[in-house]
Amino acid sequence: MSTYKETFRRLDRAALIPFFVIGDPDESRSFELVKAAIDAGADVLEMGIPFSDPIADGPTIQKADLRALAAGMTPSKALAFIHRVTDYRPIPIGLLVYYNLVWQYGVERFFKDFKAVGGSSVLVADLSIDDADEVIAPARAAGLETVFMVTPNTGSDRMRRIAERTTGFIYTVSTLGVTGARNRLSDTVKPLVARLKEVTGVPVCVGFGISSPEQAAEVATAGADGVIIGSRIVQIVEDHLNEPDRAVEEVARFIRQVREAL
Amino acid sequence: MRHNGRFGTFGGFYVPEVLIGALEEIEQAFDRWRDDSQFCQELEALSRHYAGRPTPLYYARRFSDQVGCRVYLKREDLLHGGAHKVNNTLGQGLLAKYMGKTRLIAETGAGQHGLATAMIGALFGMETKIFMGTTDVARQNVNVHKMRLCGAEVIPVEGGTGTLKDAINDALRYWTAHVEDTFYLFGTAGGPHPYPMIVRHFQTPIGHEARQQCIDQVGRLPDVVAACVGGGSNAIGIFSAFLDDAEVRLVGVEGGGRGLESGQHCATLVAGSVGILHGAQTYVLQDAHGQIRETESISAGLDYPGVGPEHAHLKETGRAEYVCADDESVLDAFALLIRTEGIIPALESSHALAWLMQQKGQLPPDAVVVVNLSGRGDKDVGIVESHRPLQ
Ligand SMILES: Cc1ncc(COP(=O)(O)O)c(C=O)c1O
Repeated sequence: MSTYKETFRRLDRAALIPFFVIGDPDESRSFELVKAAIDAGADVLEMGIPFSDPIADGPTIQKADLRALAAGMTPSKALAFIHRVTDYRPIPIGLLVYYNLVWQYGVERFFKDFKAVGGSSVLVADLSIDDADEVIAPARAAGLETVFMVTPNTGSDRMRRIAERTTGFIYTVSTLGVTGARNRLSDTVKPLVARLKEVTGVPVCVGFGISSPEQAAEVATAGADGVIIGSRIVQIVEDHLNEPDRAVEEVARFIRQVREAL
Repeated sequence: MRHNGRFGTFGGFYVPEVLIGALEEIEQAFDRWRDDSQFCQELEALSRHYAGRPTPLYYARRFSDQVGCRVYLKREDLLHGGAHKVNNTLGQGLLAKYMGKTRLIAETGAGQHGLATAMIGALFGMETKIFMGTTDVARQNVNVHKMRLCGAEVIPVEGGTGTLKDAINDALRYWTAHVEDTFYLFGTAGGPHPYPMIVRHFQTPIGHEARQQCIDQVGRLPDVVAACVGGGSNAIGIFSAFLDDAEVRLVGVEGGGRGLESGQHCATLVAGSVGILHGAQTYVLQDAHGQIRETESISAGLDYPGVGPEHAHLKETGRAEYVCADDESVLDAFALLIRTEGIIPALESSHALAWLMQQKGQLPPDAVVVVNLSGRGDKDVGIVESHRPLQ
C-alpha cells in the first residue's frame, strides 16, 4: 500500500506538508530544521533540490536555492540527505525538482536512487502532463508515485487528464503566480478544490502562498487533503541566518501552530 | 498544443503547468493569423513604412579587400531601432493586438529587444514592461533611457549575474502571475514552443530578401552565410532561406568571451551540452549536475547560456556549423568595419565579422560571403572606448 494512501487515510484532518530546500542554508542546519519539523508534527515532507534557475519559484525560495548551492548541495548529496531523513523517521517525502537536474543525473537512475533512499513521489516543476510520458514510466518502474500540478487556469478536460496520470496527490496551486508567501489567499482555492473533487478521487493538496495557520485552516475547510507550506517556512530560515538555534525553534513553533489550526 | 514544437529531438515546452494555457493561446492565435490576408497586409505595410524593409544587401568592397573574399552585408542595422529585433516585435506585437492583449512584457540583454518592444508598445498604445539584468542595465544605459522615453517600465533584475538569463527568469515569473491580460513578447528563437517557431517566422524576411538580392547582384547563391548567435533569431532568420541550398555553407558565430579555455564565454553550441533551460531541450552551458553556468561576453546580446532549439538541431544534423569569436577579435572586427566602410556594427554582429577575419587565406578570393549585420553599434561605443580608448 502506498505511503501517501496510508497517510491520507489515517488522518481525519488535512495533512500538514512543510517544504524545505535541501541544504538551506547548509547541509547540517538543513537537517536540524527538517528533524524539528517532523518532531513538531509534519505528516509529509515536500523537499526541493536547489536549482540555479528556478522559474516556478518566487524570490524567497530562489534565494534559498542559491544559499544551498553556495553551501555545496548537489543532487547526489540531496539524495543522501533524504536517506538520513527517512532513517530518522519513515515519513512520506515528495520531491520537487527542475527537469534539467533529473535529466543530467539520468531519469531512470534518478528515480531508482530516490526510491532507494525512501522517497515517495516526484513532481517535476517544469514538466507538464504533455511531456509526462518522459517521467511516468520510469517513475512507476521505480515504484514511485507521480504528482502533477493543477492551477486555477487549468480547464476541466485537462484536469481530468492530469488526475488520470496522478497517483500520489494533485499539487493544487492556490493562485496564478510563482511560490511566495501572500497575505490573502485568492478566492479561487475553494471552487478549485471543489472542481477537482468532482473529477477525481486522488488526494488534493494545496500549496503556493499559504503563510499562516488561519490560511491553512481555510484551505483545509475548503476540502483539501493536505496543506503545503513553503515560502513562509523558508522565510523563517532566511530571517534567522545568524541564529541557527532560533531558526529551528521558530520553524517548530510555526508548524505546531499550523498543526493546531488544522 | 497542436504541434509538439520539436526540431528533431530538440525543443518542446518544458514549463510549469500554469503557463501551458498561455502558450496554447499564443500557438492558436499564430495558427489563426499567420496567413490571414489582413494580418499579413498590416504587417507588410508596417515592415515597409515603419521599420524600413527591405534592407539593402551591400557589397563591402574595402572590407572585402582586408579579409580576402567578397563580403556582402545584409543591413539589418539600418532598420528602425537599430537591429533585426523589430521584425519580431512588429509581428508578435501585431499578434498580441489581434488577440486583444493590453500589456506587453519582454526580457532584454543588450536592450535592443527591449527597445524594439518598447517602440511597438508605444506604436500600439500598450502598457510595456521590460525585464533587464542589473549588469545589462549598467552597460547598456542608453537603451534603458530610450525604452523609458517610449513609455516602457524597465524592471532591473538582481538575480544571478544580472544578465539575459535572469531577465528571462523574472519575465517568466511575472507572466505566470499575469497570464490573463499579458502577452510575453519573447525576443529570440528560443524558449518554449511556440516561440522558436513564431520568432523564426517573423525573422524569415531577412533570408528571403538576402537570397534574392544575392542572386540579383552576384548572379548566384553565396558560398557562405554567416551570422552571430545569441539565442539565434537573426541567424535562423537568414539561414532559413538557404536550408535547402545544400551548397551554401551556414556558419553561426557565438560569443567566445575571454576564450574557451578561460571558461568565461557564452559559446553554448560550441562548448555546451544537451539539457533543458527556459522551456526547451537544447544545448546549454551547465556544470556536471545540470546547474546553469554563468556566462561572459563583451556583447550583452550574446551573453546567454542557452540557444534556440532549431540551431541545436542544425548542429546535430551538420547542416550548419557553429564556431566562436573571442572578445579581442570582436573588437578588431568592430574597428576594421568602421575604418574600411564607415559602418558601426553592433558588438553582437561583429562576432560574425571576426570569424570572417580569421578565415583570411582559407576562403578563395572569389568566394561570396553574406554576413547578417544584425544591428548597429551606437549602443556599444562606450564599451569599446573603455576597452580600447582612442589615442
Ligand atoms: C544586434 C544584435 N544582434 C544579435 C543579437 C543576438 O540575438 P539573436 O541570436 O536572437 O539574434 C542581439 C541581441 O540582443 C542584438 O542586439
